[in-house]
Amino acid sequence: MNPKRCLIEPGDLTTGEIFHLIGLANDILHRPEAYSDRCKGKLLASLFYEPSTRTKFSFDAAMLRLGGQVIGFSDPNTSSASKGETLADSARVVSCYSDVIVVRHPKEGAAKLIAQNADCPVINAGDGGHQHPTQTLTDLMTIQKHKGRLDNLTVGVCGDLKFGRTIHSLVSCLAQFDNLRFRFISPEELQMPSFVKDVLDRRGIAYEETNQLDQAIGSLDILYMSRVQRERFVSEEEYLRLKDYFILTEEKMALAKQDMIVMHPLPRVNEIQRDVDDDPRAVYFDQVRNGMYVRMALILFLLGLDKEAKA
Amino acid sequence: MINVSKLKKGIVLDHITAGHGFKVFQQLGLDKLSDVVVLMRNVDSGRMGKKDLIKIETDLPLDFDVLGLLDPGITVSYVENGVCVRKQRLSLPERVTGILQCKNPRCISQSENVEPIHFTLVDAKTKEYACEYCDARTHL
Repeated sequence: MNPKRCLIEPGDLTTGEIFHLIGLANDILHRPEAYSDRCKGKLLASLFYEPSTRTKFSFDAAMLRLGGQVIGFSDPNTSSASKGETLADSARVVSCYSDVIVVRHPKEGAAKLIAQNADCPVINAGDGGHQHPTQTLTDLMTIQKHKGRLDNLTVGVCGDLKFGRTIHSLVSCLAQFDNLRFRFISPEELQMPSFVKDVLDRRGIAYEETNQLDQAIGSLDILYMSRVQRERFVSEEEYLRLKDYFILTEEKMALAKQDMIVMHPLPRVNEIQRDVDDDPRAVYFDQVRNGMYVRMALILFLLGLDKEAKA
Repeated sequence: MINVSKLKKGIVLDHITAGHGFKVFQQLGLDKLSDVVVLMRNVDSGRMGKKDLIKIETDLPLDFDVLGLLDPGITVSYVENGVCVRKQRLSLPERVTGILQCKNPRCISQSENVEPIHFTLVDAKTKEYACEYCDARTHL
């Protein structure tokens, strides 16, 4: 029997496996009927200890479209966590019932702890402000689709870089590809944490930090916007002071390259004005659609059903 | 000048950074030993200027990870019949377990009773280690 595979952080996948998943996701996108019963008889446990709409629906829809079924909760007050059960015990119990576990948790490292204790594959659907690797797969699929490559890119990430788990995962993962340059655009209080910059430093990848979106935007191939997340702040005052620090407008888009793309993990609040949605360079709603297909590919891969599906 | 007699059998921890000797003494729990232990502080050293030094008149198992983390410059000498029979140089361990604690309040290790946490060296200059769960940096 093959050892259990999990996706807890982007580094759990090789670049070859990433391209395999993107290719598989594209195949599912174009031939959904070929995959509609690949997970028949399989059960996905969806453990959401923190609110989510997009990610939860995306995983649920992915499993159902593969012919599998979903159990789980989206409110921790209805789980045994409210009775004081440890996360490690919950992992052991749930893995007795299910074939794959998807977990979102407000604490950083929670998905890793579950993976250490579960007998089945575990997918991290976001652990606090730490990592969100399936959003990264979604982002990579979107970049590959719109830019035709994952290397030789100048990538700007803008907004809350301190608590933005989607950004931490994306930057750490892109660091595996050749000739990448990064511009980190944030207020000083929300700068990129050391653990992400360590990854870039170890690989000798250049990055700049600035708080001037207007000055940075012209050099970018990709602008990845992010929301300042109210739920990560201890102080409401601090949140209110920083929440509208960057707002992407059509005026700012006029300074960008004609083939730059704008991405956002959503939900959006004020950081991208609604009139930017009509700009052909805005691809964030396509990102959402890609998310379901790449999660279908990931479920197949972790269950060892990807090769069978291709045949 | 204070003279301490030569050790016949035991361990000498030499080249301890001046001022760190008491911390090493505490971390190794030497206060709990019933054998003779001598902590010398601010001893003249040709290489270091000043250094601390510990002599332990017994053979006890040492945790080299803890010692390396505390002061990677320490030299451990094992003495038998008044002669040094083995020297062990230390270095910063690449990975430590059960010694450091994560200080990140958002880390799962703060709210769940997890096994001793592994930490990986990320910056040898600052002696910073990353938590296996949340990647937050910490040091001793």
